[in-house]
Amino acid sequence: MSGLPIRLQQVADQIPTGASVLDVGCSDGRLLAWLRDMRQVDGRGIEIDAERVAAAVARGLSVVQGDATHDLAAFPGGSVDYAVLSETLQAMEAPHKVLAELVRIGRRAVVAFPNFGFWRVRAHLALHGRMPVTRSLPVSWYESENIHFCTIADFKALATEMGLTIEREAYLSGDQRVSSWPNLRADHALFVLSK
Amino acid sequence: MSPKVAHHSLRLPADLPLDSGQTLPRPAVAFETVGELNADKSNAILICHALTGDQYVASQHPLTGKPGWWQRMVGPGKPIDPERHFIICSNVIGGCMGSEGPASPHPEDGKPWALRFPVITIADMVRAQAGLLDMLGVEKLLAVVGGSMGGMQAMQWAASYPHRLRSVLVIASAARHSAQNIAFHEVGRQAIMADPKWKNGAYGAGEGPAKGLAVARMAAHITYLSEAGLTAKFGRHLQQGDVKSFGFDADFQIESYLRHQGMSFVDRFDANAYLYITRALDYFDLAEGYSGQLAHAFKATSARFCVISFDSDWLYPTAESRRIVQALVAAGRHASFVELNSPFGHDAFLLETPGLTEVVDGFLKAVEQEP
Repeated sequence: MSGLPIRLQQVADQIPTGASVLDVGCSDGRLLAWLRDMRQVDGRGIEIDAERVAAAVARGLSVVQGDATHDLAAFPGGSVDYAVLSETLQAMEAPHKVLAELVRIGRRAVVAFPNFGFWRVRAHLALHGRMPVTRSLPVSWYESENIHFCTIADFKALATEMGLTIEREAYLSGDQRVSSWPNLRADHALFVLSK
Repeated sequence: MSPKVAHHSLRLPADLPLDSGQTLPRPAVAFETVGELNADKSNAILICHALTGDQYVASQHPLTGKPGWWQRMVGPGKPIDPERHFIICSNVIGGCMGSEGPASPHPEDGKPWALRFPVITIADMVRAQAGLLDMLGVEKLLAVVGGSMGGMQAMQWAASYPHRLRSVLVIASAARHSAQNIAFHEVGRQAIMADPKWKNGAYGAGEGPAKGLAVARMAAHITYLSEAGLTAKFGRHLQQGDVKSFGFDADFQIESYLRHQGMSFVDRFDANAYLYITRALDYFDLAEGYSGQLAHAFKATSARFCVISFDSDWLYPTAESRRIVQALVAAGRHASFVELNSPFGHDAFLLETPGLTEVVDGFLKAVEQEP
């Protein structure tokens, strides 16, 4: 089994052996397959793109074609140990509603997203006065699927407003861990949350 | 219908109780098998056929001489593989390919049952299949697989015999017949019954309502295709270059095609069987027995499910598959669902559709690898 890219590996590291997982926006099931093979995880996934779903099902995973906004409602409350939302929070129509669904369905939620408060993003906006196009955000604003960017501070404020407990937080800049000044220094954030 | 050919069949050891409250005395069930049952009897796959399908899923049809109807899915090196699997496909009761149906001889007088045959349901078909599996020594299925009406039987299996299967594969199907589905069937039935040769069902062998049955098939066949598919294949093309007959012959290629479909169908299908099986489809609503809660139909089984729909299928559209999937998810089942892209409408499940074999293959292999 090949290794995962560092950001997915960071998500995988939050999941204990034998846990049950729902991966929302699971793409071709890369994370779920790794968790199944390396951690004996009982996984399910939901993914909007038919070709990616087909690839995930062909890997023997239980993945349902659907979107997080409409199709999470059918999942029973507390039905998995971990509900995962990796790299897709900013593409959601209503991130706060999806977050509420994650902590309803999962006893814990793992949410990972790009940090719009990263200094390069701020600098790009400050210097050029235009929406940033960077290594981690490579697409122009009008083509981007990312419609709801947030900073780490924004996300924490939302979690507080929703009454969620932040059990763990971890930050990356490229593939380096960041511990101080994450909202400025990290381009990527991960939170483990519970109700 | 052409003269009788011998189909491989068994007679169930007991009378079959039916949803209607009637019983079918020791019905014959015709079937074909391919491959071998392994030592621990863990490799049996039941394939359920569609409305006008039959047990000849992977072997040459004795009437038409055509190869098996699902060669793309079943065969050496295919997702359902006789090298790995013991493959069973039986003709549904009410059918006309050797299983007990309205054209079979009535046990008392030896004359065809005709309309004396009891109205059957999808659950009755499944009950007969379970009886067949008992006789074949198959307690638990690796998978029950079906497209269209076959998918309905597969779901009914999960509800009726939740512990006798490890996985369920439902392709281009629905958990209930819609008003539109029933409407098209009623057109077909009325076409048959309006044919004077129908004689209230009491027609002799080879003297059935061929014209009515052909019209029923023509109407139904349209629902198996898509507008885009028809346009691509036929457009407004005429049979004779650019010559119109200014009459009612089959000027357009689509007319000629449909007429051919209707006429060739009559050679292999019994009109009364068409009435009975369409009725069974119309009565199908899996949630009905569960206070309208479809999820409850899937509560008792621990089987894995895979549901596949096609974007151009308007007979059993994706919305119906989504309804099944939502119920599966709500019931806590392991479920996969994908809507595949195809221009061929409902018939896509029988045709070459990108992704279809890969999804089925991956799903079945994952089930096989489970402890």
